[in-house]
Amino acid sequence: MELTVNGDRYETDVPEETPLLWVLRDELGLTGTKFGCGVAACGACTVHIDGEAVRSCQIALGDVWGDVTTIEGLGRPDALHALQAAWVRHQVAQCGYCQPGQIMQAAALLAENPAPDDAQIDDWMAGNLCRCGTYSRIRAAIHDAANSLAEEA
Amino acid sequence: MGRWGRITRRTLLVGSAAVAGGAAFGVWRLNQPFANPLSPEQGAALNPFVVIDETGVTLVMGRSEMGQGVHTTLAAMLAEEMDLDWSSVRVVHGPAAAAYHNAALAAMGLPVADYAKTPMQHRIAGAMGTLSRAFGLQITGGSTATRDAFEPLRLAGASAREALKRAAADRLGVDAAQLRTEDGAVIAPDDRRVPYTELAEDAARVDPPQVAPRPATEWRLLGQSLPRPDMLAKATGAAAYGVDVRLPGMKFAAIRMNPRLGGPMRGFDPAPALALAGVERVIDLGSGVAVVARNSWAAMKGAEAVDVTWGPAPYPETTEAIFQRIAEAFEGRRNSRLRDDGNTTRTLDDAAQVIEAEYRLPFLAHSTMEPMNATALFTGDALELWTPSQTPLVQARFAAQAVGLRADQVTVHTPYLGGGFGRRLEADYSALAARVAREMPGVPVQVMWSREEDMTHDFYRPAVIARMRGAVQGGLALALEAKVAAPSVTRQAVVRMTGLPAPGPDKGHVEGLFDQPYAIPNYRVEGYLADLDIPLGFWRSVGHSHNGFIHECFIDELAHAAGRDPIEFRLAMIRPESAVAANVLEQVSMMARWRAPREPGTGRGVAFAWSFGTPVAQVIELRDESGRIRIAKAWIACDMGRALDPAIVQAQMESGLIYGVSAAVMGEITFAGGMVEQRNFPE
Ligand code: FES
Ligand code: FES
Repeated sequence: MELTVNGDRYETDVPEETPLLWVLRDELGLTGTKFGCGVAACGACTVHIDGEAVRSCQIALGDVWGDVTTIEGLGRPDALHALQAAWVRHQVAQCGYCQPGQIMQAAALLAENPAPDDAQIDDWMAGNLCRCGTYSRIRAAIHDAANSLAEEA
Repeated sequence: MGRWGRITRRTLLVGSAAVAGGAAFGVWRLNQPFANPLSPEQGAALNPFVVIDETGVTLVMGRSEMGQGVHTTLAAMLAEEMDLDWSSVRVVHGPAAAAYHNAALAAMGLPVADYAKTPMQHRIAGAMGTLSRAFGLQITGGSTATRDAFEPLRLAGASAREALKRAAADRLGVDAAQLRTEDGAVIAPDDRRVPYTELAEDAARVDPPQVAPRPATEWRLLGQSLPRPDMLAKATGAAAYGVDVRLPGMKFAAIRMNPRLGGPMRGFDPAPALALAGVERVIDLGSGVAVVARNSWAAMKGAEAVDVTWGPAPYPETTEAIFQRIAEAFEGRRNSRLRDDGNTTRTLDDAAQVIEAEYRLPFLAHSTMEPMNATALFTGDALELWTPSQTPLVQARFAAQAVGLRADQVTVHTPYLGGGFGRRLEADYSALAARVAREMPGVPVQVMWSREEDMTHDFYRPAVIARMRGAVQGGLALALEAKVAAPSVTRQAVVRMTGLPAPGPDKGHVEGLFDQPYAIPNYRVEGYLADLDIPLGFWRSVGHSHNGFIHECFIDELAHAAGRDPIEFRLAMIRPESAVAANVLEQVSMMARWRAPREPGTGRGVAFAWSFGTPVAQVIELRDESGRIRIAKAWIACDMGRALDPAIVQAQMESGLIYGVSAAVMGEITFAGGMVEQRNFPE
């Protein structure tokens, strides 16, 4: 099987029914994407396929329909995505384990809706659990990132 | 100045030792020294607090970062004294070492209310601190990390700074008193700068001076909300948690242990697992199996596929029968009566109206976002362990025992923790990883738990029954009697972690009930311990998690009986006991505009707790959304004394509130057939 992740081509001989999450983490060594539940109940494993936010624990390798973007590919420490920069400004992360999934979920929101209101954010982010309870800062950081993207545009 | 004097004269020695290409400063005990975990042949990586080499200054933390910001605040204590440039501070987790003992934690075991400690009790508390050293407890828990580190880390930083200045004085031919320090360098009167990195080796030969830490009025970092050094890594997916450890040739394993906790395994057939693609091995663990595979998913599928026959649980099979067992504890011997003011029995006998309530609280799981896991490499006479834990020394001991090694043959690495909440004080997951690794010498193996395995094999917050009676008079509580029955976390955990029994009154069982600052003339709190073999552990805030709820619900009942506003009622009794506590209630009342008219369809409640040295008051507003209740707003006031990092305090308070509310709304753990019924996050 061939796969494009963050612009790089990968080859893997893992069975096609293996969920994308485990291909990324255990076969390709891209550990930024996290495992939390394995049943689409937490959002920790969120990545993009062709820009769409998906739960990678639920997508079999054989069903991946496009290019995959993970937290490692969204931005880099020296070239942060607007959301990552806002995450740092708002000091969002506590343990941080859920945050790659939160950021990937939020990135898909801003791509679709550049100026979401509180209710739209809550609605869109509802499936992403954070056991540390960072929700209020997540919301503030999404607003902030939306503003900075609007200014750039 | 008592504590400072004691430390400098008798207790602590600030010292340094040369490491390859640099210097290390540390603080350790002089009269009963622990081996300094710094060992030169291992290079500059192992050191209690500070490593300086030609590449920079690294602060080494003996406490685990699990989201509570401890690395930031502890690093700030060192950076403050050393005049480091905050943006260049590097923080790493230190090795498992007894030099990082947590004295504040053992001091809290005393059966005395925090707010009422007398100087005498403080001295006893100090003596108990030595107990934690005796156990060699390197623990991140009990809300103690910041308090425990406050003096030693600032002393170490100050000493390191002065040693660097002396080294610079020699080099520049200037009197050390004329030098100052700034942004990681020593500065001469003529503005010549010598970076610490260039002075490290010389400074290592200086007999480290002992100087007092700076007064709070001179702080630049402490007291500020600092950017957390771990934030960038956590926003970019670069932060490495336990599950992210990747080693050459590493295998992935999953476990499946008896869901009837503590029960045996009667037998198993590995064939269905071995038939799956990617599955390589099935290992017998006695009370369960491990499946080794090429990736975690294949391993988890394999673990599900093994055909296992389980033996029964050593406790009653259903939630109902378990509560029955807890209720029976009220008939047995009383374990504690840590508060007994006035004459509660007679007052209640004579009262015209006695208010009664019984509360039943469920078992709770910790459910850290990162499921339990550990990675291990066994090489015959040594074990290397990568384990996200709150207790590296305990992990080493348990893992060593599990594979027949000595603890000093185990090297423990502590990556980031994807949440702790008390679950990672336990060492079961490290011991299991060690046992799997022993079966495959020379091959590193990551043992990953599925969410289902994690949720059904926790060390749970115990279920509790509380029986409350009270009476009111003239708008105040005249009597309050609380009897609590539950199995004891402390007894189980102390035996597990130290091998020693924990006799005497169990403070953790009744904390949050006996130690609250209410002036109630007849006030009695009794604890009864239930005999129940369900694994129990320290769950965020421990006894306060149930007793705070119980105490405050019942205070509301009394306020209602007295016909008073719940905040007024509380204040009337709290004011005479504690001005600090009264102030947080007043603050929360102001913030929430408690006296302002309420919006229709909303309801509000208030609660107060003095927990782990901090008084906290919260108001919550509920909204009726056509029959569904929504938690619409919340206000928190707390007073922990000195807030070393206000933004981290704020994050922790919000975090605690959300953790508590989600436990109350959807965290219940129930049993059927001896097995935990909840297996994953609520859908
Ligand atoms: S791991 Fe995929 S949603 Fe939780
Ligand atoms: S930051 Fe810890 S789970 Fe979200």
